[in-house]
Amino acid sequence: MGNVLTIVVQRLLLGLLTLLVVSIVIFLAVNALPGDFAEAILGQGATPDAIATIRRDLGLDQPLVVRYFSWLSGILRGDLGISFAQLNFRTNLGGAGDVGVIDQIAPRLSNTLFLALVTAMIAVPIAVALGVLAALFRNSVFDRVANITTLSSISSPEFFMAYVLILFLAVLNPILPSLSNIYDGMPFAERIEKSLLPALTLTLVVTAHMMRMTRAAIINLLASPYIEMARLKGMSPMRVIVKHALPNALAPIINVIALNLAYLITGVVVVEVVFVYPGIGQLFVDSVKIRDIPVVQACCLIFAAAYILLNLTADILSILSNPRLRHPK
Amino acid sequence: MTQFSRRGLLKTGVAAGVLGLTGLPLRAQTRGGKLTAGLGGANTSDSWDGRTHSDIFMIAAAHGTVFDCLTEVAADGSLVGELAESWEASADAKTWTFNLRQGVTFHDGKPFGADDVIESLQMHVGEESKSAAKPIVEAITEMKKLGDHQVQFTLASGNADFPYLMSDYHILMFPAGNIENAIAQGIGTGLYSVVAFDPGVRFVGKRFEGHYKGDSAGFFDEVEFIAINDNTARMNALMTGQVDTINRIDFKTEALLKANPALRIQEVTGNQQYTFPMLTDTSPYNDVNVRRALKYGINRQELVDKILLGHGAVGNDTPIGPANQYYHSEMEQTEFDADKAKFYLKEAGMDSLTIDLSASNAAFEGAVDAAQLYQASAAQAGININVVQEPSDGYWSNVWLKKSFCACYWSGRATEDWMFSTAYEEGVPWNDSQWDSKDSARFQELLLSARAELDSDKRRSQYFEMQEILRDEGGVLIPMFANYVQAVNNRIQSPDVVGNLWQMDNARMAERWSVA
Repeated sequence: MGNVLTIVVQRLLLGLLTLLVVSIVIFLAVNALPGDFAEAILGQGATPDAIATIRRDLGLDQPLVVRYFSWLSGILRGDLGISFAQLNFRTNLGGAGDVGVIDQIAPRLSNTLFLALVTAMIAVPIAVALGVLAALFRNSVFDRVANITTLSSISSPEFFMAYVLILFLAVLNPILPSLSNIYDGMPFAERIEKSLLPALTLTLVVTAHMMRMTRAAIINLLASPYIEMARLKGMSPMRVIVKHALPNALAPIINVIALNLAYLITGVVVVEVVFVYPGIGQLFVDSVKIRDIPVVQACCLIFAAAYILLNLTADILSILSNPRLRHPK
Repeated sequence: MTQFSRRGLLKTGVAAGVLGLTGLPLRAQTRGGKLTAGLGGANTSDSWDGRTHSDIFMIAAAHGTVFDCLTEVAADGSLVGELAESWEASADAKTWTFNLRQGVTFHDGKPFGADDVIESLQMHVGEESKSAAKPIVEAITEMKKLGDHQVQFTLASGNADFPYLMSDYHILMFPAGNIENAIAQGIGTGLYSVVAFDPGVRFVGKRFEGHYKGDSAGFFDEVEFIAINDNTARMNALMTGQVDTINRIDFKTEALLKANPALRIQEVTGNQQYTFPMLTDTSPYNDVNVRRALKYGINRQELVDKILLGHGAVGNDTPIGPANQYYHSEMEQTEFDADKAKFYLKEAGMDSLTIDLSASNAAFEGAVDAAQLYQASAAQAGININVVQEPSDGYWSNVWLKKSFCACYWSGRATEDWMFSTAYEEGVPWNDSQWDSKDSARFQELLLSARAELDSDKRRSQYFEMQEILRDEGGVLIPMFANYVQAVNNRIQSPDVVGNLWQMDNARMAERWSVA
């Protein structure tokens, strides 16, 4: 087990380095966009005086490097900063009621995680089951239909799949609500009901990848001698696959599942907009629109961290699923 | 309600209080039920701070639901009292005395009085203030508390519109001594108190029992506003019955709404205008003949038909629209006329003219297309317009007021003077045509004298003359007024007259609508 720990520590350190690089890139990218928070928030009402006042209040008149390092030192102290959006009138209010980035992100992030969880609970079992069945009945009509359906749903843009689902499940047959405006304190059953359409949309988007990988990994193993041995013993094809092939195919499957889970956290912007789901993706878009740099930075760090952590988890799980890696000589 | 002249109401403000109380409903309105509205125009930067409000979500939630102003513009455009019961002006319109409504309480139980008015107004001034209502409040030189329910304002110069200005959605009444807290929690005197508010996501309000407006307004038990900035999502929410009403209909899908028997469309022409300002201190726009040529070179009806898909009215180069009191509707319309455009070009000593027109959809939806249509019609008059497509980001800071000819929009103002003094008075920051006394000394003179004029007939003739001056000489080309278009489920009943000052019945649907 010692080497697993070494890997974890190594990967975490590398992850931190990645986060640092990501934060620099994002900081530069957001600053390269035309306009800044002062101009965005004042809009048509912008006078040079008002813009200068806001910039001074928020420290936007400082050089880029100074701003970056003051933000970074805040992060190191665990302070993600104050959201610009909620303090634009600080001078009038004396700074009361400032909303920290954390306060703004936390509820949105938990909504997104909830949606990701609901989606994963639907998508992962379906994808793996379909993959196993497709491998079992490979090149049959079932295999072809499963492949074509999942591939066409992944190939269409997300908003298109979303509208197709809305058309069939909300407009023509009003079974599910097309508006997913969940909020804190909503009864759990209602929350699930409201999240179902976006979850189904995301399921359509992520299933193909996981299913194809499951199928390919299993078929790859079917030529191995031990599978042939199992078959010669007279085992049923289903048993061969589930008992002998699947455990050995777990590593690539776990990897692709982790990748798709990360996508469910970071890539749901469009789906959130279509269903008016108050997740982190919408917050991210809104914040970019008004150049709320602290929130944008924090969102990017969360997205990057989600990728790093989920990939790390996938690697650890694939090590644990492989006895040869678990007990190195 | 219309038998009262608006200015008559101003002079004898007592009647206004009575009107505000009775409300004179046209149909029986039932109490109870819930209104769910899907509104575009929400931001994560939204708060209960009236000074920052600029878009419909917060205007509807604060001004229309949770908070009150001193006065209120009724659906038919007349001014009625809200927290003020009556008001009186001195002969020079410089001193205004407001009598406040008695027995009003804030949602936290604190009674409303003169101190609240004074402190709420003071929020808008101060060196660091970025309030959009700063110019309005700065014009007050002195605020005096005459009694617990009487306030006297002294203005720097006479302004007959002062009670109108007090209906501005930025100037909300907060509880004195507790303003920070009231902004944080949304404590006002409005018909509904805050149950939940999540900036850029949703607002839920509950009917405040024992409200001073009694049974004449605020018919729902509960209202919920859901922030839906995406056009298609808003439309979907209405079509599937999850919200009762939405604002800003996408004209392209309007036919689908019309085909649905459960829905109806409300459309009003207000003061919202799409404009092309030119800087009159810059060549060639400093020549009035060039400006005239440009005005004759645009096909206004074509813009209304193609850009607004018919949901609007042609403009006549004045910012005064149908929601204004002294709107000069009889004024002769400037039409597209290539010969006249050529004539004025000749008068300016030119055979042809080549100019840049900066546009971006940040100015208004379809601004770039509008500029291209203008390009095509102007070409027939020998005017070559080069359409410069500008980035949307920073448009208001980098293009508007800086480029000599560009696209722009104004939502208009409730009064003539307010509009003129915002964008047409010499030296004001948003004067987007640099229009001053060098262009028309008469206009600036009329602007000042009409402001203090309490006689309605005299005032009308002054404002009519100003609109004619702007049509003939003004630096802003105003080809069209865009309608406010919203859709309502027939489950919800609305009065026959719907306000045209802002979207959604002047943002007061929570107050005026009811369950059918």
